[in-house]
Amino acid sequence: MMLDDFLVRAALAGLGTALAAGLLGCFVVWRRMAYFGDATAHAAILGVAVALGLSVSVFAGVLGIALLMAMLIHVMSGRGVAMDTILGVLAHGALALGLVAVALIPGQRINLEAYLFGDILTVTRTDLAVIWGGALLVAGVLWRHWSALLTATLSPDLAYAAGIDPKREQLILTILLAIVVAVAIKVVGALLITALLIIPAASARNLARTPEAMAAIATGIGAVAALGGLWLSLTLDSPVGPSIVCVASAIFAATAVSGRVFARAT
Amino acid sequence: MPGLSEVCSMTVLRADHVDLAYGGQRVLHGVSLSIAKGEIVTIVGPNGSGKSTLLRVLIGALSPGKGKVIRAPGLKIGYVPQRLHIDPTLPMTVRRFLNLPLRVADSAATQALERAGVPGAAGQQMGQLSGGQFQRVLLARAILSDPDILMLDEPTQGLDQPGSASFYRQIEEVRNRIGCAVLMVSHELHVVMSASDRVICLNGHICCEGTPEVVSAAPAYRELFGSGTQGALALYRHDHDHHHHADHEHNHSHEAAE
Repeated sequence: MMLDDFLVRAALAGLGTALAAGLLGCFVVWRRMAYFGDATAHAAILGVAVALGLSVSVFAGVLGIALLMAMLIHVMSGRGVAMDTILGVLAHGALALGLVAVALIPGQRINLEAYLFGDILTVTRTDLAVIWGGALLVAGVLWRHWSALLTATLSPDLAYAAGIDPKREQLILTILLAIVVAVAIKVVGALLITALLIIPAASARNLARTPEAMAAIATGIGAVAALGGLWLSLTLDSPVGPSIVCVASAIFAATAVSGRVFARAT
Repeated sequence: MPGLSEVCSMTVLRADHVDLAYGGQRVLHGVSLSIAKGEIVTIVGPNGSGKSTLLRVLIGALSPGKGKVIRAPGLKIGYVPQRLHIDPTLPMTVRRFLNLPLRVADSAATQALERAGVPGAAGQQMGQLSGGQFQRVLLARAILSDPDILMLDEPTQGLDQPGSASFYRQIEEVRNRIGCAVLMVSHELHVVMSASDRVICLNGHICCEGTPEVVSAAPAYRELFGSGTQGALALYRHDHDHHHHADHEHNHSHEAAE
Protein backbone atom coordinates (compact mmCIF):
# COMPACT_ATOMS: atom_id res chain seq x y z
CA MET A 1 0.00 0.00 0.00
CA MET A 2 1.03 3.52 -0.68
CA LEU A 3 1.36 4.44 3.02
CA ASP A 4 3.93 1.68 3.45
CA ASP A 5 6.49 3.93 1.84
CA PHE A 6 8.10 6.11 4.51
CA LEU A 7 8.66 8.84 1.92
CA VAL A 8 4.97 9.00 1.09
CA ARG A 9 4.14 9.23 4.80
CA ALA A 10 6.73 11.97 5.23
CA ALA A 11 5.33 13.93 2.30
CA LEU A 12 1.77 13.63 3.58
CA ALA A 13 2.86 14.69 7.08
CA GLY A 14 4.59 17.72 5.58
CA LEU A 15 1.53 18.66 3.54
CA GLY A 16 -0.82 18.38 6.54
CA THR A 17 1.43 20.57 8.63
CA ALA A 18 1.77 23.08 5.80
CA LEU A 19 -2.01 23.35 5.56
CA ALA A 20 -2.53 24.12 9.25
CA ALA A 21 0.55 26.30 9.66
CA GLY A 22 -0.06 28.24 6.46
CA LEU A 23 -3.60 29.23 7.43
CA LEU A 24 -2.94 29.96 11.09
CA GLY A 25 0.38 31.60 10.21
CA CYS A 26 -1.48 34.44 8.49
CA PHE A 27 -3.12 35.40 11.78
CA VAL A 28 0.20 35.02 13.58
CA VAL A 29 1.70 37.53 11.13
CA TRP A 30 -1.27 39.93 11.08
CA ARG A 31 -1.54 40.02 14.86
CA ARG A 32 2.22 40.05 15.44
CA MET A 33 2.14 36.88 17.47
CA ALA A 34 5.52 35.53 16.36
CA TYR A 35 6.96 35.59 19.87
CA PHE A 36 3.74 34.11 21.16
CA GLY A 37 4.26 31.25 18.72
CA ASP A 38 7.87 30.84 19.81
CA ALA A 39 6.99 30.61 23.49
CA THR A 40 4.24 28.08 22.82
CA ALA A 41 6.44 26.01 20.53
CA HIS A 42 9.40 25.97 22.90
CA ALA A 43 7.14 24.73 25.68
CA ALA A 44 6.66 21.63 23.53
CA ILE A 45 10.00 20.22 24.75
CA LEU A 46 8.68 20.39 28.27
CA GLY A 47 5.63 18.59 26.93
CA VAL A 48 7.88 15.82 25.59
CA ALA A 49 9.46 15.43 29.02
CA VAL A 50 6.06 15.31 30.70
CA ALA A 51 4.84 12.73 28.18
CA LEU A 52 7.86 10.49 28.81
CA GLY A 53 7.58 10.92 32.58
CA LEU A 54 3.89 10.04 32.62
CA SER A 55 4.19 7.42 29.87
CA VAL A 56 1.52 9.06 27.73
CA SER A 57 1.79 9.79 24.02
CA VAL A 58 4.17 12.56 23.05
CA PHE A 59 1.37 14.21 21.11
CA ALA A 60 -0.82 14.42 24.22
CA GLY A 61 2.02 15.72 26.37
CA VAL A 62 3.00 18.39 23.85
CA LEU A 63 -0.60 19.45 23.27
CA GLY A 64 -1.25 19.71 27.01
CA ILE A 65 1.82 21.77 27.85
CA ALA A 66 1.49 23.94 24.73
CA LEU A 67 -2.12 24.65 25.71
CA LEU A 68 -1.06 25.56 29.25
CA MET A 69 1.63 27.89 27.96
CA ALA A 70 -0.68 29.47 25.39
CA MET A 71 -3.37 30.05 28.01
CA LEU A 72 -0.82 31.56 30.40
CA ILE A 73 0.27 34.04 27.72
CA HIS A 74 -3.33 34.69 26.75
CA VAL A 75 -4.25 35.62 30.32
CA MET A 76 -1.15 37.78 30.75
CA SER A 77 -1.58 39.60 27.45
CA GLY A 78 -4.81 41.14 28.71
CA ARG A 79 -3.04 42.90 31.56
CA GLY A 80 -0.91 45.40 29.71
CA VAL A 81 2.47 44.09 30.87
CA ALA A 82 5.50 44.48 28.57
CA MET A 83 4.66 41.44 26.47
CA ASP A 84 7.81 41.43 24.38
CA THR A 85 10.03 40.86 27.41
CA ILE A 86 7.64 38.46 29.14
CA LEU A 87 7.38 36.35 26.01
CA GLY A 88 11.16 36.27 25.71
CA VAL A 89 11.41 35.01 29.28
CA LEU A 90 8.67 32.43 28.79
CA ALA A 91 10.00 31.18 25.45
CA HIS A 92 13.53 30.55 26.64
CA GLY A 93 12.57 29.58 30.16
CA ALA A 94 10.22 26.91 28.86
CA LEU A 95 12.83 25.58 26.44
CA ALA A 96 15.53 25.39 29.12
CA LEU A 97 13.15 23.80 31.62
CA GLY A 98 12.14 21.27 29.01
CA LEU A 99 15.76 20.37 28.20
CA VAL A 100 16.58 19.93 31.88
CA ALA A 101 13.43 17.89 32.49
CA VAL A 102 14.17 15.56 29.59
CA ALA A 103 17.67 14.95 30.94
CA LEU A 104 16.32 14.17 34.40
CA ILE A 105 13.91 11.46 33.30
CA PRO A 106 15.39 8.20 34.56
CA GLY A 107 16.13 5.39 32.19
CA GLN A 108 15.26 7.33 29.06
CA ARG A 109 17.82 7.99 26.43
CA ILE A 110 15.80 9.91 23.91
CA ASN A 111 16.90 11.42 20.68
CA LEU A 112 16.43 15.03 21.66
CA GLU A 113 17.33 16.26 18.21
CA ALA A 114 14.21 14.63 16.82
CA TYR A 115 12.05 16.87 19.00
CA LEU A 116 14.10 20.00 18.47
CA PHE A 117 14.39 19.77 14.69
CA GLY A 118 11.76 17.23 13.69
CA ASP A 119 11.96 13.66 12.48
CA ILE A 120 9.60 13.48 9.57
CA LEU A 121 11.10 10.29 8.09
CA THR A 122 9.93 8.19 11.04
CA VAL A 123 6.30 9.33 10.84
CA THR A 124 3.97 6.39 11.50
CA ARG A 125 0.43 5.88 10.31
CA THR A 126 -0.82 6.93 13.72
CA ASP A 127 1.27 10.12 13.55
CA LEU A 128 -0.18 10.77 10.15
CA ALA A 129 -3.72 10.40 11.45
CA VAL A 130 -2.96 12.80 14.32
CA ILE A 131 -1.31 15.34 12.01
CA TRP A 132 -4.15 15.35 9.48
CA GLY A 133 -6.80 15.24 12.18
CA GLY A 134 -5.24 18.28 13.84
CA ALA A 135 -4.71 20.09 10.54
CA LEU A 136 -8.30 19.58 9.43
CA LEU A 137 -9.56 20.68 12.83
CA VAL A 138 -7.51 23.90 12.59
CA ALA A 139 -8.66 24.53 9.02
CA GLY A 140 -12.30 23.86 9.94
CA VAL A 141 -12.33 26.18 12.94
CA LEU A 142 -10.61 28.92 10.96
CA TRP A 143 -13.15 28.51 8.17
CA ARG A 144 -16.07 28.86 10.56
CA HIS A 145 -14.66 31.84 12.42
CA TRP A 146 -12.86 33.50 9.55
CA SER A 147 -14.90 36.68 9.36
CA ALA A 148 -15.12 37.21 13.11
CA LEU A 149 -11.40 36.53 13.51
CA LEU A 150 -10.57 38.95 10.74
CA THR A 151 -12.80 41.68 12.19
CA ALA A 152 -11.30 41.22 15.64
CA THR A 153 -7.81 41.31 14.12
CA LEU A 154 -8.52 44.59 12.34
CA SER A 155 -9.93 46.30 15.40
CA PRO A 156 -11.37 44.95 18.67
CA ASP A 157 -13.75 47.93 18.79
CA LEU A 158 -15.16 47.19 15.34
CA ALA A 159 -15.73 43.64 16.56
CA TYR A 160 -17.51 44.77 19.73
CA ALA A 161 -19.74 47.11 17.76
CA ALA A 162 -20.69 44.20 15.49
CA GLY A 163 -21.51 41.97 18.46
CA ILE A 164 -18.32 39.89 18.20
CA ASP A 165 -16.29 39.26 21.35
CA PRO A 166 -12.65 39.82 20.31
CA LYS A 167 -11.37 38.13 23.48
CA ARG A 168 -13.17 34.96 22.52
CA GLU A 169 -11.66 35.07 19.04
CA GLN A 170 -8.21 35.59 20.53
CA LEU A 171 -8.78 32.55 22.74
CA ILE A 172 -9.69 30.47 19.71
CA LEU A 173 -6.45 31.45 17.99
CA THR A 174 -4.54 30.61 21.16
CA ILE A 175 -5.97 27.09 21.26
CA LEU A 176 -5.38 26.58 17.54
CA LEU A 177 -1.77 27.63 18.00
CA ALA A 178 -1.26 24.91 20.61
CA ILE A 179 -2.78 22.36 18.22
CA VAL A 180 -0.48 23.42 15.40
CA VAL A 181 2.53 23.07 17.71
CA ALA A 182 1.49 19.55 18.60
CA VAL A 183 0.89 18.71 14.94
CA ALA A 184 4.16 20.19 13.72
CA ILE A 185 6.65 18.97 16.32
CA LYS A 186 7.21 15.66 14.53
CA VAL A 187 7.67 17.44 11.21
CA VAL A 188 9.95 20.42 11.89
CA GLY A 189 10.60 20.22 15.65
CA ALA A 190 10.00 22.71 18.42
CA LEU A 191 12.65 25.18 17.35
CA LEU A 192 11.41 25.64 13.80
CA ILE A 193 7.63 25.57 14.21
CA THR A 194 7.40 29.35 14.26
CA ALA A 195 9.32 29.43 10.99
CA LEU A 196 6.66 27.27 9.38
CA LEU A 197 3.97 29.61 10.69
CA ILE A 198 5.58 32.87 9.67
CA ILE A 199 7.62 32.33 6.53
CA PRO A 200 4.89 31.02 4.18
CA ALA A 201 2.48 33.75 5.34
CA ALA A 202 5.11 36.47 5.00
CA SER A 203 5.98 35.21 1.50
CA ALA A 204 2.32 35.18 0.51
CA ARG A 205 1.90 38.78 1.67
CA ASN A 206 4.06 39.94 -1.19
CA LEU A 207 1.73 38.35 -3.73
CA ALA A 208 -1.77 38.78 -2.26
CA ARG A 209 -4.39 41.51 -2.41
CA THR A 210 -6.93 40.05 0.01
CA PRO A 211 -6.64 38.11 3.27
CA GLU A 212 -8.15 35.01 1.69
CA ALA A 213 -5.70 35.07 -1.21
CA MET A 214 -2.86 35.42 1.29
CA ALA A 215 -4.06 32.40 3.26
CA ALA A 216 -4.42 30.28 0.13
CA ILE A 217 -1.02 31.28 -1.22
CA ALA A 218 0.60 30.72 2.20
CA THR A 219 -0.78 27.18 2.27
CA GLY A 220 0.53 26.55 -1.23
CA ILE A 221 3.96 27.93 -0.39
CA GLY A 222 4.03 25.81 2.77
CA ALA A 223 3.26 22.72 0.70
CA VAL A 224 5.97 23.51 -1.85
CA ALA A 225 8.45 24.12 0.97
CA ALA A 226 7.55 20.84 2.66
CA LEU A 227 7.97 18.76 -0.51
CA GLY A 228 10.97 20.78 -1.71
CA GLY A 229 12.64 20.44 1.68
CA LEU A 230 12.06 16.71 1.69
CA TRP A 231 13.62 16.43 -1.75
CA LEU A 232 16.52 18.68 -0.74
CA SER A 233 17.25 16.58 2.30
CA LEU A 234 17.27 13.37 0.26
CA THR A 235 19.57 14.95 -2.30
CA LEU A 236 22.01 16.54 0.16
CA ASP A 237 21.48 14.07 2.99
CA SER A 238 20.63 17.04 5.21
CA PRO A 239 18.15 17.08 8.13
CA VAL A 240 14.58 17.40 6.83
CA GLY A 241 13.12 20.06 9.17
CA PRO A 242 15.84 22.63 8.57
CA SER A 243 15.79 21.81 4.84
CA ILE A 244 12.06 22.63 4.70
CA VAL A 245 12.68 25.96 6.43
CA CYS A 246 15.55 26.70 4.04
CA VAL A 247 13.30 26.19 1.01
CA ALA A 248 10.59 28.35 2.63
CA SER A 249 13.12 31.11 3.27
CA ALA A 250 14.32 30.95 -0.32
CA ILE A 251 10.70 31.33 -1.49
CA PHE A 252 10.30 34.30 0.82
CA ALA A 253 13.37 35.97 -0.68
CA ALA A 254 12.07 35.33 -4.19
CA THR A 255 8.59 36.72 -3.49
CA ALA A 256 10.01 39.75 -1.67
CA VAL A 257 12.07 40.64 -4.75
CA SER A 258 9.33 39.88 -7.28
CA GLY A 259 6.72 41.60 -5.10
CA ARG A 260 8.80 44.75 -5.11
CA VAL A 261 9.34 44.58 -8.86
CA PHE A 262 5.61 44.00 -9.33
CA ALA A 263 4.73 46.92 -7.06
CA ARG A 264 7.02 49.18 -9.04
CA ALA A 265 5.57 48.03 -12.33
CA THR A 266 1.96 48.86 -11.37
CA MET B 1 -45.94 56.70 8.72
CA PRO B 2 -45.56 57.53 12.42
CA GLY B 3 -45.91 61.12 13.53
CA LEU B 4 -42.85 63.16 14.41
CA SER B 5 -43.39 63.05 18.16
CA GLU B 6 -43.76 59.30 18.07
CA VAL B 7 -40.50 58.92 16.17
CA CYS B 8 -38.69 61.16 18.62
CA SER B 9 -39.86 59.13 21.56
CA MET B 10 -38.31 55.95 20.19
CA THR B 11 -35.10 55.57 22.15
CA VAL B 12 -32.46 53.44 20.45
CA LEU B 13 -29.77 53.65 23.09
CA ARG B 14 -29.65 54.81 26.67
CA ALA B 15 -26.92 55.12 29.29
CA ASP B 16 -28.09 55.15 32.87
CA HIS B 17 -25.79 56.65 35.52
CA VAL B 18 -22.65 55.18 34.02
CA ASP B 19 -19.51 55.25 36.17
CA LEU B 20 -16.16 54.08 34.88
CA ALA B 21 -12.73 54.06 36.46
CA TYR B 22 -9.55 53.42 34.50
CA GLY B 23 -6.36 52.63 36.37
CA GLY B 24 -7.74 54.07 39.59
CA GLN B 25 -8.89 57.24 37.88
CA ARG B 26 -12.52 58.14 37.58
CA VAL B 27 -13.11 58.80 33.92
CA LEU B 28 -16.88 58.88 33.79
CA HIS B 29 -19.27 59.51 36.62
CA GLY B 30 -23.02 59.58 36.61
CA VAL B 31 -23.37 59.85 32.85
CA SER B 32 -26.95 59.41 31.67
CA LEU B 33 -28.06 60.04 28.15
CA SER B 34 -30.47 58.70 25.61
CA ILE B 35 -30.57 58.89 21.87
CA ALA B 36 -33.78 58.84 19.89
CA LYS B 37 -34.30 57.36 16.46
CA GLY B 38 -33.01 59.60 13.68
CA GLU B 39 -31.45 62.14 16.01
CA ILE B 40 -27.94 63.59 15.54
CA VAL B 41 -26.22 64.00 18.88
CA THR B 42 -22.71 65.29 19.31
CA ILE B 43 -20.57 64.85 22.39
CA VAL B 44 -18.06 67.63 22.84
CA GLY B 45 -15.50 68.05 25.56
CA PRO B 46 -11.86 68.86 26.15
CA ASN B 47 -9.08 66.27 25.80
CA GLY B 48 -9.28 63.61 28.49
CA SER B 49 -12.92 64.36 29.24
CA GLY B 50 -13.92 60.74 28.61
CA LYS B 51 -15.59 61.21 25.22
CA SER B 52 -14.03 58.22 23.51
CA THR B 53 -14.36 56.16 26.67
CA LEU B 54 -18.08 56.88 26.76
CA LEU B 55 -18.44 55.82 23.14
CA ARG B 56 -16.55 52.59 23.85
CA VAL B 57 -18.88 51.91 26.76
CA LEU B 58 -21.85 52.44 24.47
CA ILE B 59 -20.59 49.99 21.81
CA GLY B 60 -19.86 47.40 24.51
CA ALA B 61 -16.06 47.45 24.37
CA LEU B 62 -15.87 48.56 28.01
CA SER B 63 -18.24 47.59 30.75
CA PRO B 64 -19.20 50.35 33.15
CA GLY B 65 -18.22 49.98 36.81
CA LYS B 66 -21.61 51.21 37.85
CA GLY B 67 -24.77 52.00 35.94
CA LYS B 68 -25.82 50.34 32.72
CA VAL B 69 -26.23 50.72 29.00
CA ILE B 70 -29.60 49.81 27.58
CA ARG B 71 -29.91 49.08 23.89
CA ALA B 72 -33.11 48.68 21.94
CA PRO B 73 -33.56 44.95 21.27
CA GLY B 74 -31.68 43.85 18.14
CA LEU B 75 -29.96 47.21 17.86
CA LYS B 76 -27.53 47.40 14.96
CA ILE B 77 -24.58 49.71 15.51
CA GLY B 78 -22.50 51.20 12.73
CA TYR B 79 -19.23 52.20 14.31
CA VAL B 80 -16.57 54.47 12.83
CA PRO B 81 -13.49 54.37 15.04
CA GLN B 82 -11.23 57.31 15.67
CA ARG B 83 -8.35 55.59 13.98
CA LEU B 84 -7.99 52.25 12.34
CA HIS B 85 -4.52 50.90 11.94
CA ILE B 86 -4.34 48.13 9.38
CA ASP B 87 -1.17 46.16 9.82
CA PRO B 88 0.88 46.38 6.62
CA THR B 89 1.11 42.58 6.59
CA LEU B 90 -2.66 42.38 6.11
CA PRO B 91 -3.66 42.89 2.48
CA MET B 92 -7.15 44.38 2.29
CA THR B 93 -9.01 45.86 -0.62
CA VAL B 94 -11.81 48.32 0.06
CA ARG B 95 -14.32 45.86 -1.37
CA ARG B 96 -13.14 43.07 0.94
CA PHE B 97 -13.20 45.42 3.92
CA LEU B 98 -16.86 46.20 3.26
CA ASN B 99 -17.60 42.46 3.64
CA LEU B 100 -16.58 42.56 7.31
CA PRO B 101 -18.11 41.12 9.33
CA LEU B 102 -20.93 40.13 6.96
CA ARG B 103 -20.73 39.58 3.25
CA VAL B 104 -22.66 42.19 1.26
CA ALA B 105 -23.82 42.22 -2.34
CA ASP B 106 -21.79 44.13 -4.91
CA SER B 107 -24.69 46.48 -5.58
CA ALA B 108 -25.00 47.33 -1.87
CA ALA B 109 -21.26 47.92 -1.60
CA THR B 110 -21.27 50.22 -4.62
CA GLN B 111 -24.22 52.16 -3.22
CA ALA B 112 -22.61 52.52 0.21
CA LEU B 113 -19.39 53.83 -1.32
CA GLU B 114 -21.39 56.33 -3.35
CA ARG B 115 -23.34 57.49 -0.31
CA ALA B 116 -20.15 57.86 1.69
CA GLY B 117 -18.64 59.94 -1.09
CA VAL B 118 -16.00 57.53 -2.40
CA PRO B 119 -17.49 55.96 -5.52
CA GLY B 120 -15.13 53.70 -7.41
CA ALA B 121 -12.76 53.03 -4.50
CA ALA B 122 -13.69 49.33 -4.30
CA GLY B 123 -10.56 47.98 -5.98
CA GLN B 124 -8.04 50.00 -3.99
CA GLN B 125 -5.93 48.74 -1.13
CA MET B 126 -6.97 50.24 2.22
CA GLY B 127 -3.38 51.18 2.95
CA GLN B 128 -3.18 53.36 -0.14
CA LEU B 129 -6.18 55.57 0.59
CA SER B 130 -5.82 59.17 1.69
CA GLY B 131 -7.00 60.13 5.16
CA GLY B 132 -10.31 61.49 3.90
CA GLN B 133 -10.98 58.51 1.64
CA PHE B 134 -10.14 56.14 4.46
CA GLN B 135 -12.67 57.76 6.82
CA ARG B 136 -15.30 57.65 4.11
CA VAL B 137 -14.68 53.96 3.53
CA LEU B 138 -15.09 53.40 7.27
CA LEU B 139 -18.38 55.29 7.01
CA ALA B 140 -19.45 53.19 4.03
CA ARG B 141 -18.76 49.99 5.96
CA ALA B 142 -20.66 51.32 8.96
CA ILE B 143 -23.79 52.11 6.96
CA LEU B 144 -23.77 48.75 5.16
CA SER B 145 -25.09 46.91 8.19
CA ASP B 146 -28.22 49.09 7.87
CA PRO B 147 -27.58 50.46 11.36
CA ASP B 148 -30.12 51.88 13.77
CA ILE B 149 -27.41 54.14 15.09
CA LEU B 150 -24.13 55.38 13.64
CA MET B 151 -21.42 56.07 16.16
CA LEU B 152 -18.43 58.09 15.11
CA ASP B 153 -15.40 58.80 17.25
CA GLU B 154 -13.62 61.95 16.07
CA PRO B 155 -14.21 60.83 12.50
CA THR B 156 -12.50 63.79 10.89
CA GLN B 157 -9.18 63.62 12.63
CA GLY B 158 -6.46 64.46 10.16
CA LEU B 159 -8.80 66.12 7.69
CA ASP B 160 -8.51 69.79 6.88
CA GLN B 161 -11.40 72.09 7.67
CA PRO B 162 -13.19 71.97 4.31
CA GLY B 163 -12.62 68.20 4.34
CA SER B 164 -14.24 67.73 7.72
CA ALA B 165 -17.08 70.11 6.88
CA SER B 166 -17.90 68.05 3.82
CA PHE B 167 -17.54 64.83 5.83
CA TYR B 168 -20.14 66.05 8.34
CA ARG B 169 -22.45 67.08 5.53
CA GLN B 170 -22.08 63.53 4.20
CA ILE B 171 -23.12 62.16 7.58
CA GLU B 172 -26.18 64.37 7.63
CA GLU B 173 -27.07 63.18 4.15
CA VAL B 174 -26.62 59.56 5.17
CA ARG B 175 -28.87 60.12 8.15
CA ASN B 176 -31.51 61.68 5.94
CA ARG B 177 -31.34 58.71 3.58
CA ILE B 178 -31.34 55.78 5.96
CA GLY B 179 -32.95 57.42 8.97
CA CYS B 180 -30.47 56.17 11.55
CA ALA B 181 -29.58 58.01 14.73
CA VAL B 182 -26.08 59.48 14.83
CA LEU B 183 -23.87 59.84 17.87
CA MET B 184 -20.58 61.62 17.30
CA VAL B 185 -17.65 62.59 19.40
CA SER B 186 -15.77 65.65 18.33
CA HIS B 187 -13.67 68.53 19.46
CA GLU B 188 -14.28 70.52 16.32
CA LEU B 189 -17.02 72.57 17.87
CA HIS B 190 -17.54 75.09 15.16
CA VAL B 191 -17.94 72.52 12.43
CA VAL B 192 -19.86 69.87 14.22
CA MET B 193 -22.31 71.75 16.34
CA SER B 194 -24.25 73.21 13.50
CA ALA B 195 -24.93 69.76 12.08
CA SER B 196 -26.29 68.42 15.37
CA ASP B 197 -29.80 68.30 16.75
CA ARG B 198 -28.42 68.10 20.24
CA VAL B 199 -25.04 68.68 21.83
CA ILE B 200 -23.80 67.06 25.01
CA CYS B 201 -20.92 68.77 26.73
CA LEU B 202 -18.87 66.20 28.63
CA ASN B 203 -16.11 66.60 31.16
CA GLY B 204 -16.18 63.35 33.14
CA HIS B 205 -19.80 64.13 33.80
CA ILE B 206 -22.37 65.87 31.61
CA CYS B 207 -21.87 69.60 32.10
CA CYS B 208 -24.73 70.72 29.93
CA GLU B 209 -26.77 69.58 26.98
CA GLY B 210 -29.29 70.92 24.55
CA THR B 211 -29.50 72.39 21.08
CA PRO B 212 -26.24 73.85 19.74
CA GLU B 213 -27.54 77.37 20.48
CA VAL B 214 -28.39 76.52 24.08
CA VAL B 215 -25.11 74.75 24.77
CA SER B 216 -22.88 77.36 23.19
CA ALA B 217 -24.55 79.98 25.39
CA ALA B 218 -24.35 77.89 28.57
CA PRO B 219 -21.91 79.10 31.25
CA ALA B 220 -20.50 75.58 31.78
CA TYR B 221 -19.66 75.31 28.11
CA ARG B 222 -18.04 78.72 27.99
CA GLU B 223 -16.01 77.83 31.04
CA LEU B 224 -14.60 74.79 29.24
CA PHE B 225 -14.06 76.24 25.82
CA GLY B 226 -14.06 79.98 26.29
CA SER B 227 -16.17 82.11 24.05
CA GLY B 228 -13.60 82.29 21.27
CA THR B 229 -15.34 79.72 19.12
CA GLN B 230 -18.54 81.72 18.93
CA GLY B 231 -17.56 83.70 15.89
CA ALA B 232 -16.40 80.65 13.97
CA LEU B 233 -19.56 78.79 14.88
CA ALA B 234 -21.75 81.58 13.70
CA LEU B 235 -19.76 82.06 10.52
CA TYR B 236 -19.93 78.39 9.75
CA ARG B 237 -23.66 78.29 10.37
CA HIS B 238 -24.06 81.13 8.00
CA ASP B 239 -22.10 79.36 5.31
CA HIS B 240 -23.69 76.01 5.96
CA ASP B 241 -27.23 77.31 5.94
CA HIS B 242 -26.53 79.14 2.77
CA HIS B 243 -26.34 75.76 1.06
CA HIS B 244 -29.15 73.95 2.73
CA HIS B 245 -31.73 76.19 4.31
CA ALA B 246 -31.52 79.50 2.56
CA ASP B 247 -34.70 80.68 4.26
CA HIS B 248 -33.00 80.64 7.66
CA GLU B 249 -30.12 82.73 6.50
CA HIS B 250 -31.36 85.96 7.85
CA ASN B 251 -31.96 84.45 11.23
CA HIS B 252 -28.36 83.30 11.57
CA SER B 253 -26.75 86.40 10.14
CA HIS B 254 -28.48 88.05 12.99
CA GLU B 255 -26.94 85.55 15.37
CA ALA B 256 -23.51 86.16 13.89
CA ALA B 257 -23.84 89.83 14.62
CA GLU B 258 -24.53 89.19 18.30
